[in-house]
Amino acid sequence: MDELIIAGRSFRSRLMVGTGKFASNTKMAETIAASGSEIVTVALRRVNIDDQQDDLLNHIDRDKYLLLPNTSGARDAEEAIRLARLSRAAGCEPWVKLEVTPDPYYLLPDPIETLKAAEVLVKEGFIVLPYINADPVLAKHLQEVGVATVMPLGAPIGTNKGLKTRDSVAIIIEQAIVPVVVDAGLGAPSHAAEAMELGADAVMVNTAMSVAGNPPLMAAAFGKAVEAGRQAYLAGLGKEQKQAEASSPLTGFLRNE
Amino acid sequence: MDVIVNNQLKIVSDGSTLAELIQQMGLDEKRIAIEYNRDILNREQFANTILTADDKIEIVNFVGGG
Repeated sequence: MDELIIAGRSFRSRLMVGTGKFASNTKMAETIAASGSEIVTVALRRVNIDDQQDDLLNHIDRDKYLLLPNTSGARDAEEAIRLARLSRAAGCEPWVKLEVTPDPYYLLPDPIETLKAAEVLVKEGFIVLPYINADPVLAKHLQEVGVATVMPLGAPIGTNKGLKTRDSVAIIIEQAIVPVVVDAGLGAPSHAAEAMELGADAVMVNTAMSVAGNPPLMAAAFGKAVEAGRQAYLAGLGKEQKQAEASSPLTGFLRNE
Repeated sequence: MDVIVNNQLKIVSDGSTLAELIQQMGLDEKRIAIEYNRDILNREQFANTILTADDKIEIVNFVGGG
């Protein structure tokens, strides 16, 4: 079976799903179920002392899904490391989606701080999945320090623009020794399929599902697109060429020539 | 006495423990993580951490995120 293997752990689905921005926890739970995903991301925040909300974890079956805490909100390596350690203390397995995004407008990841944090967290025994810009050289440096995947962005977080970084992601895939997960900016199932056809090992989606008119239906569509893209990659796509090449025989025509 | 929880003043009785504070706040200790004066504590430490005035406590939990 064609499984996704990250840090020695196998997953049947190649789609990771975020749990942010859903109208309700019930809707979120229906959506992750419909996606077929086995890895769901969560964020860590201060408990609201005055108004305690319905706990997200009541709606996620931890036997079924790997909870992947992110370090969203971290502006530098120190803050990211602090969040990762807190997630582990909160009872998560030592997996972390490392995000360091100092710029609040485009939420682009800081390559230097991400690399610094990755180095520390790998040494502390974390399985580190860093969110990065589609920079093949940075991806190599991160792999050298021992990250479990690289997660290049397709476009800035939440923009639904698709795989704008296609050429650079292709280079990352070509050179990668760990799974490549295209994260951020994928707004439609066709974008996810494109990334998978290119040879990405997995994709990660949140906004495109949570803002859809019908999030569970959109999640199911993404699930199919990821499978279709993966199968096409494994099957081997035909080469592009400039001129037409007939699919039907060029002999036996009903004409006198 | 006062302690500072998530940047807000909170009144606790003298000699109370972190575990008691968590209980008083209605939190499930299995679902949270705590930084006590910048040190991350294990759950086992909650019961024998006795609060002192002006302690700075951060209590975090998981929320939806991508």
